[in-house]
Amino acid sequence: MLSNREELIELRSAYSEALKLQTRKILVCAGTGCVAGGSLNIHDELVRLIEEKGINCTVELEKDPHNESIGIKKSGCHGFCEMGPLVRIEPEGILYTKVKLEDCEEIVNETIVKGNVVDRLVYKIEGKPYIRQEDIPFYAKQQRVVLEHCGHIDATSILEYIGIGGYEALEKALFEMEPVEIVDEIESSALRGRGGGGFPTGRKWRQVLNQKEPVHYVVCNGDEGDPGAFMDRSIMEGDPHRMLEGMMIAGIATGSHEGYIYVRAEYPMAVSRLENAISQARKLGLVGKNILGSGFDFEFHINKGAGAFVCGEGSALTASIEGKRGMPRVKPPRTVEKGLFEKPTVLNNVETYANVPKIILKGADWYRSIGPENSPGTKAFALTGNIQNTGLIEVPMGTTLREIIFDIGGGMKGGKAFKAVQIGGPSGGCLITPNLDLPLDFDSLKKVGAMIGSGGLVVMDENTCMVEVARFFMNFTQNESCGKCVPCREGTKRMLEILERIVAGNGQKGDVELLLDLADTISSTALCGLGKTAAMPVVSTIKNFRDEYDAHIIDKKCPAGQCKKLVTYYIDPELCKGCSKCARNCPVEAISGEIKSPFKIDTSKCIKCGACVENCNFGAVKEV
Amino acid sequence: MANDNYMIIDNIPVAIEGEKNMLELIRKAGIDLPTFCYHSELSVYGACRMCMVENKWGGMEAACSTPPKPGAEIYTNTPRLRKHRKMILELLLSNHCRDCTTCDKNGECRLQELAGRFGITRVRFKNTAENPDIDDSSLCITRDRSKCILCGDCVRVCNEVQNVGAINFVNRGSKMIVAAAFDEPIADSNCVGCGQCAAVCPTGAIVIKNDSLRLWDEFDKEDVKVVAQIAPAVRVAVAKSFGLNEGNVMGKIVASLKRIGFDEVFDTATGADLTVLEEANEFLDRIAENKNIPLFTSCCPAWVNYCEKNYPELLPNVSTCRSPMEMFGSVIKEQYKTSRKKIISVAIMPCTAKKFEAAREEFRREDGSPVIDYVITTKELIQMIKEAGIVFSEIEPESIDMPFGSISGAGVIFGVTGGVTEAVIRRVETDKSVNALRNLAFKGVRGLEGVKETTIDYGGTELKIAVVSGLKNADNLIRRIKAGEHYDLVEVMACPGGCINGAGQPYTDLDGRKERSANLYEADRMTTNKRSEENPLMMSLYNGLLRGKVHDLLHVHYGKEGVHND
Amino acid sequence: MDKEFDYSVVDKVLNDHECKQSSVIAILQDVQEHYHYLPREVFAYIAKKLDTSVANIYSVATFYENFSLEPKGKYVIKVCDGTACHVRKSVPVLERLRAELCLKDGKVTTDDLMFTVETVSCLGACGLAPAMTVNDKVMPAMTPDKASALIREIKEAERDAE
Repeated sequence: MLSNREELIELRSAYSEALKLQTRKILVCAGTGCVAGGSLNIHDELVRLIEEKGINCTVELEKDPHNESIGIKKSGCHGFCEMGPLVRIEPEGILYTKVKLEDCEEIVNETIVKGNVVDRLVYKIEGKPYIRQEDIPFYAKQQRVVLEHCGHIDATSILEYIGIGGYEALEKALFEMEPVEIVDEIESSALRGRGGGGFPTGRKWRQVLNQKEPVHYVVCNGDEGDPGAFMDRSIMEGDPHRMLEGMMIAGIATGSHEGYIYVRAEYPMAVSRLENAISQARKLGLVGKNILGSGFDFEFHINKGAGAFVCGEGSALTASIEGKRGMPRVKPPRTVEKGLFEKPTVLNNVETYANVPKIILKGADWYRSIGPENSPGTKAFALTGNIQNTGLIEVPMGTTLREIIFDIGGGMKGGKAFKAVQIGGPSGGCLITPNLDLPLDFDSLKKVGAMIGSGGLVVMDENTCMVEVARFFMNFTQNESCGKCVPCREGTKRMLEILERIVAGNGQKGDVELLLDLADTISSTALCGLGKTAAMPVVSTIKNFRDEYDAHIIDKKCPAGQCKKLVTYYIDPELCKGCSKCARNCPVEAISGEIKSPFKIDTSKCIKCGACVENCNFGAVKEV
Repeated sequence: MANDNYMIIDNIPVAIEGEKNMLELIRKAGIDLPTFCYHSELSVYGACRMCMVENKWGGMEAACSTPPKPGAEIYTNTPRLRKHRKMILELLLSNHCRDCTTCDKNGECRLQELAGRFGITRVRFKNTAENPDIDDSSLCITRDRSKCILCGDCVRVCNEVQNVGAINFVNRGSKMIVAAAFDEPIADSNCVGCGQCAAVCPTGAIVIKNDSLRLWDEFDKEDVKVVAQIAPAVRVAVAKSFGLNEGNVMGKIVASLKRIGFDEVFDTATGADLTVLEEANEFLDRIAENKNIPLFTSCCPAWVNYCEKNYPELLPNVSTCRSPMEMFGSVIKEQYKTSRKKIISVAIMPCTAKKFEAAREEFRREDGSPVIDYVITTKELIQMIKEAGIVFSEIEPESIDMPFGSISGAGVIFGVTGGVTEAVIRRVETDKSVNALRNLAFKGVRGLEGVKETTIDYGGTELKIAVVSGLKNADNLIRRIKAGEHYDLVEVMACPGGCINGAGQPYTDLDGRKERSANLYEADRMTTNKRSEENPLMMSLYNGLLRGKVHDLLHVHYGKEGVHND
Repeated sequence: MDKEFDYSVVDKVLNDHECKQSSVIAILQDVQEHYHYLPREVFAYIAKKLDTSVANIYSVATFYENFSLEPKGKYVIKVCDGTACHVRKSVPVLERLRAELCLKDGKVTTDDLMFTVETVSCLGACGLAPAMTVNDKVMPAMTPDKASALIREIKEAERDAE
């Protein structure tokens, strides 16, 4: 239990020294992705093998170790999920990819004992090996601020966090700064909320600080519901203390003594890492009453979401914490005036809070030196879809899409042509080739009718049908609509109905115009932000791919060949061997023919199930 | 304008005078901004989005949830707003039964009205609510989900005002419905039948159970004598529906009922007089014995129901007096028990819960017939008068029939919150002077506030009295009593404002309630006898028909384990 | 309240959360954690303890996707249909699972209460797309054939256990 600042400083230097004695570190990724690949067993196996060899190794950091040792840690997500399970070895910075249990022995024998690189586990592009993690193009162009510790420290150890300078910003905020100075610092850093809207964080804090009502709350939005985004999950799992520290600083700045963290129930590991981190901090006296003797109290609560995307909306989220249906309420009053339990509330997302400690320590000027003037700092993105390197990345704001997709992402998967990228999830829009050189920041995206959202980037190739993509997002939004306001509840249902009939080949003339009409009413009149942006994917795909809509509606064709109902199957007589397998597998007896001569499909009977395509051994069944 | 405290609405400056939101300000400016989900007495929900207005920069905001902004310029009727309102109406209609002509709410439906106002002549979407989805289980209300627009008014009144919470939203998004737990029939829920949900419903999704259709047939039966009693609150809530100024039209109602075919028409105020005498005695007895205090009134069946469901332990405190309707109904059936014709006893009530009360097992006569055969709400009465083609504005008033032709003012004021209490005080107060009566009017029992308190001096003891209307207010008071606060008498009316605002009455706002209340007190002023005991009929009843039958005809035991003092 | 029902689990959960109305979601989560669904009997009980109406509890429970009022299978399979998984073909995986287990939209649990198959909007395991979970264990890079194999494996393991 630390009772004052000096004790924390002393502890930090002790553990900093202890870390230095770890001349070699093995960091096994324990993010959700790598754990699914078996990384926890790999960790245990490495520990077993090293201990077996009699090499001194440290699994849990101890105070005052006397000897040098090898630190073996479960780290947070490295972000390169596509290549997992990942094992990083320091000091060289070697990154082993797709590590299997049976590779452990070789890693220990070669790299740990002899210092050699196991070539076959190293990441390669077209045969060229990249031994050091930092040299891999995926990482080379990134700038990691928020994610700096993810993959580099033991995500489950507060001591390690403290050893590398953790809770120093909390210390500074507690003992060297007045609340208003903290707010000033955040405001002059121009940090903008990372959850989507991009509202200036400092201004939000000041509004809460200035509320007369004595009880204030700090709430963290960890309800990362945007399908195709997992930045916040990675932070909560990989560097939970950083976020807690940010929240506590927000508490000091705004006079709040309770912090609520709302985490999706789909993130069980994030929940357990946070619970673990909070209890560690409480044991050390960094959470609770009279923190470090400062007189400042702070307590955390974790609320698990129960499956409602709309709870990412501020007032729905606070309603959910209060035990109600997660339905957004009308504003005013805004959350800063009457938020959680009707009290003034600071509500930011995970990534925003994770930015805070660094800004407090290094100053607003340093922060503003990263990225463009109006949107400084970095942004984490989840890069997914038809791209070579999927994973979690962090780049300075203002980085172009081209850099992200082709340099970091390694270009399109399977050499296919780039078609579009969906940014901002179901609330966002799609960006196309002419937008590739657009700097990604809050304001530039707004100009082209898209938004950063929480930071999901789903890359789509030429084989993607954009009408189907629009249908997919509308289906999602329609399902997740809370049902409160008419335009969102009824409007999204009707938009989905129209999109469904278009992809099913039953589109009618005027459907596109009706979709745009509905979109206009929904975006102008819906109650909450989610409703207002619900039609974005449709509007933006119509804007960029109107010809695809027309092809579906007028020509009854899906140019990308994805909409099954619009596909016509035929049997290429040149390739057909007349084996009758297709006919035998056809559920509606639409295929007929004589054995050993080409078969034929009766298109009037065909239900386009595709069974014939799957079953033809000669590739004779074709789609048009 | 001297100060800056005004807004420019459609280019006209309008002074802000404490309006809660822009909607109220816009309405004050004479513009009937369309809305489905705004009720000044419920929390702001902001879901229908019909009341959006546009500011001069093209920004849109919902007027119901935005406070007036001094100096701001807004427009309430722009091309964009019209387009969006039409689309919203079209969306609502696409998921709504459109058989307007056969709907109970035909002509009174807000959706129908606005669709007409905005000229919606076609709906471009497939109708997904063509088939009725009816819950007919309740005796008080009927629900048809295919007519629900999910404005949430019913949910909020049931939870916020009545604290019943029988219904709520279930599921979410386009699957959302309003339902009781597990979507069980409403009759199986904790619904108390107050009907306030039907009162606030803008469409035909929740309507009052219609019993007038069956009643019509009774008039044609040879061997039947149809007798009516009219509750006090009814007389002040009918005029407007016939284009007259709101006022006491008891005489016209009596005349209309006669034309419709009722054989005898009486006034429930007579029953109320009986209630006052019985309840005053009961109250004084309990005070003397210091037993089962506070005494809760029992006139309101929704309250009795609420008490049974939520506070069964308090049933011994509830008065054993039958409600005025049941007392009088019992007297009527007793009076005509030797009649050769079958007596059909009809009660014209401002109340939906009375339909439930009339069907209670406790109110069956020895032969198994109910004391009250039909409860017809004010709204049904108005419908019947219209159906009969009676020109209400021109019909000459008639007086109520003998042998129950006299009432007291005390009985009349039963129709408004505080009325029962005032009537009982008039009875128990020892000072019977005119002055004492006048002073009583200012003792704090009058007025439409949800919670009122007063004390009276009774033989040197100060008696503490609370008057509450709205079940949420009642619940809060009960919690205070359970926490140790002392009251001697508690009057509870389930509907805010009392029976004048009963769910069986045409819907009205607070101003309308004030008007009805004033008209009832006016009716009281016009009576010769102010106190129930002064009603000459009482003496003859107690000496005649009621002799030896007071307990059987005028009292009731609610609940099984109740230890009532008779 | 159902006299047959054993409320001890619910009591414990309620106590853990100090019968706070604002904790109703956490309470329902904990109850569901134990029963794998929300038995109908618990609603009235919880409503009474939290001093609210049954309809209100039911209203909250039906708002959130994760609450189930139907008993679920021993193996709950959640197929991610988030954007990343969708573009990497999660639907065929779902279709295969349903075909294997004779399930469809609206029927998510097998009659023997062995399997429940549902979709989830995003598991946040986008890097592993298409992903699914079996009782919260993440299965990366699924294909229809892998899904079939998994079902076979579970069924065999169950048979062996008998």
